[in-house]
Amino acid sequence: MPETPTLDTKEMLINVGPSHPAMHGIIRIVARLDGEVIRGAEVEIGYLHRGFEKMSETVSYNGVMPYTDRLNYVSPLINNVGYCLAVEKLIGLTAPERCQYIRVIMSEISRITDHLTCVGASAMELGAFTVFLYMIKAREYLWEMVEAVTGARLTVSYCRIGGVKGDLPAGFEAQCRKALTETRAVLKEVDKLLSRNRIFVDRMKETGRISGEEAIAWGITGPFLRGSGVAYDVRKANPYLVYDRLEFEIPVGRHGDNLDRYYVRMAEMEQSMRIVEQALAKIPGGPVLVEPESGKPVDLEKMTPPAKPESLPVMPAAVMVDKGKRGRIHEIRDRLAQVDPTLGGYDAATERQVAAGEKRVSLPPKEDTYGNIEGLMNHFKLVMFGHGVRPPQGEAYFPVEGANGELGFYVVSDGSENPYRVRVRPPCFTIMGALPKLLIGDMMADLVPTFGSVNMIGGELDR
Amino acid sequence: MFGKSNFMTTKLDAAVGWARKFSLFQYPFVTACCGMEYMATACSHYDVDRFGAGFPRFSPRQADVLFVVGTISHKLAPALKKIYEQMTEPKWVVAFGVCTCTGGFYDNYATVMGIDTIIPVDLYIPGCPPRPEYVLDGLMKLQDKIQAQHEGRETPPLPGMQRSLHESGFSV
Amino acid sequence: MNPASLCKTLADRFPQGVLGTHTFRGDATVTVRPEAMLEIARVLRDDPEFRMNFLMDLTAVDYLAFGKKPATGAFSNTGVAVRPPAEIGGKEAWPGRATGDRFEVVIHFFSLPLKHRLRIKVPVGGESPAVPSLTALWLAADWFEREVWDMYGIRFANHPNLKRLLMYDGFMGHPLRKDYPVNKRQPLVGPVN
Repeated sequence: MPETPTLDTKEMLINVGPSHPAMHGIIRIVARLDGEVIRGAEVEIGYLHRGFEKMSETVSYNGVMPYTDRLNYVSPLINNVGYCLAVEKLIGLTAPERCQYIRVIMSEISRITDHLTCVGASAMELGAFTVFLYMIKAREYLWEMVEAVTGARLTVSYCRIGGVKGDLPAGFEAQCRKALTETRAVLKEVDKLLSRNRIFVDRMKETGRISGEEAIAWGITGPFLRGSGVAYDVRKANPYLVYDRLEFEIPVGRHGDNLDRYYVRMAEMEQSMRIVEQALAKIPGGPVLVEPESGKPVDLEKMTPPAKPESLPVMPAAVMVDKGKRGRIHEIRDRLAQVDPTLGGYDAATERQVAAGEKRVSLPPKEDTYGNIEGLMNHFKLVMFGHGVRPPQGEAYFPVEGANGELGFYVVSDGSENPYRVRVRPPCFTIMGALPKLLIGDMMADLVPTFGSVNMIGGELDR
Repeated sequence: MFGKSNFMTTKLDAAVGWARKFSLFQYPFVTACCGMEYMATACSHYDVDRFGAGFPRFSPRQADVLFVVGTISHKLAPALKKIYEQMTEPKWVVAFGVCTCTGGFYDNYATVMGIDTIIPVDLYIPGCPPRPEYVLDGLMKLQDKIQAQHEGRETPPLPGMQRSLHESGFSV
Repeated sequence: MNPASLCKTLADRFPQGVLGTHTFRGDATVTVRPEAMLEIARVLRDDPEFRMNFLMDLTAVDYLAFGKKPATGAFSNTGVAVRPPAEIGGKEAWPGRATGDRFEVVIHFFSLPLKHRLRIKVPVGGESPAVPSLTALWLAADWFEREVWDMYGIRFANHPNLKRLLMYDGFMGHPLRKDYPVNKRQPLVGPVN
């Protein structure tokens, strides 16, 4: 029997990253290749480690909020909400009902923007640049909504412990429904471009496969797990805010491959829009003040409004502050403070709707801050260095459904004004841990769609 | 532009500067949150293509402008320096976002306090993250700077433009 | 199972291994000895009563500076005295820690079929703190434990690949320890601070 000539083959190491064109995010994968098949992979992360957990220990409880924005910077509002809920659980406080609806609406808008970016970017990496442009166009519609509510496009810092920064602006519902209609149109276009696109489907199908049991063993949650057929969603399993009053479904895949994850994300966007529309219809309109002791809403009609001497002249609060600094007390005596329109959305009427009526946690309305000594003292006690929100000693873990999966905040308090420990359970951390498992056995070119469907967000992964 | 006579006169340096500033091949070194605004600037809504910078090159060897977009950690700093050294002259560096300008509010063990401690920077675009309009404004300032450099002028003293630590004699 | 019965069942099963239990704010929390940790984790995963198939989170807390900060504000040191609403439950105060060891490894479990959550805390102290690794039971433990080693310097016995995850080789110390200064930099290139 003649000897079969064998070619001398060697395994090759190929280094992908830290900055690689086909990967959005900074990560390094060292792949061991046999021909074009990946036989082994080592993932190196930490390139965007910027010490979120250490920084949180140096600022006040509300001061952590801007840092949470920059965890998952594609859906910052969900991080805000998750952190606030964890601290509120530690304190034992519930936000007013209207505020809970606002948080749900903003979380879901954020989830849509996250999925839009994820699907758009991973499609771009497979060559479908048009889809990316369409998706970003749709994201702009939603970001305009976010900007109208929060004042910022991306790093919003909208939530406060016990409430949110300000109420929804006038005419929000109509604008939001319009933005959703436009987003739906874009999604329809994208669906036409991608879902039956031969190239796209061939590259996504049966790559990066993982079964439901394996995914659970790796601690994977979110759309990635649902793509493998496990219907786990924190919004259903442990309902928080008002999710138990809203109707939505959990889309699940069957095969656990990249294509199913794409379908799950597309279906989830539709469900999120359903949630937003229901929440917009159900959101209580009037001011809702909650008694912190009992958690029951207070009927404002029956409350006696604080007496306001209408005869006194009005003066802008900023002018009042300036005069006060120069010592011209006689000029501001017997004047009523008028809040600057740039502080809009935070006068007494809206404050009752969106923040818990608890002096030791929520800032007073700006009229009070500028207008009377009680409000000023209250403000002082919450914002000055060495003061602030002080939860009791203890610990609490609160999971919310982030765009990538279960986003949990574990907060430990030692009773001082700085958090003793803030831990984030980052959803894409566990998925990245399983990345070698997903890659091994696939071709080198399959790395790109698999990595795209992970939706790695550096800020959240490395914190 | 050419009028009836079908020709125009100019200084060669000015023409080269004009050509360079309107065909900026950029290398986006995207690490963090600012990347989202970079995407928004690059896409159809704000359309950076109008300024001749719509063509990202994903190899530093083919790029003119290095956009450092997002926080640079100490772990990543050697990679950034290497990428800068791989770029061919003439090259410019834009610090996009406040983390790259000064380190921002991440004053801790992990973060580089401004990339100008590692590589020279031509233009700072602060903001956390800067809005797309702001980025476009910064881009136009960079174009002015490129034009001025080719005409042998000093860089015009534009608002928002600072000297980097390297230019002011700071040694690493 | 509800949090209270989770704690009670586990304490009855392992009278030696369990150091203490509480259900502060509705979170079932069980403090266990490091030696008993692996056995308890195995029971939690495999026993039909618990069926904790998810290792949701594994982290650590450094209690070096806990309670050392003087109260500067006018509010009492115990913080906000708001009574929790009924749905959260725990009206009792936090019972405090079971031991005085410096570190606590904190593990959050979740059971998908039974929809309950449990927090296991493993106190550990000494010069070179070490606890058993959970990598044999949950694959997810791999990176979580590497991160804890990186950030806190707690060793996990029998971990297959215990090296730094977020920081780089050559970084000295463990940044999330309370005695590590927040802005002590160890740059690879560029100036120090």
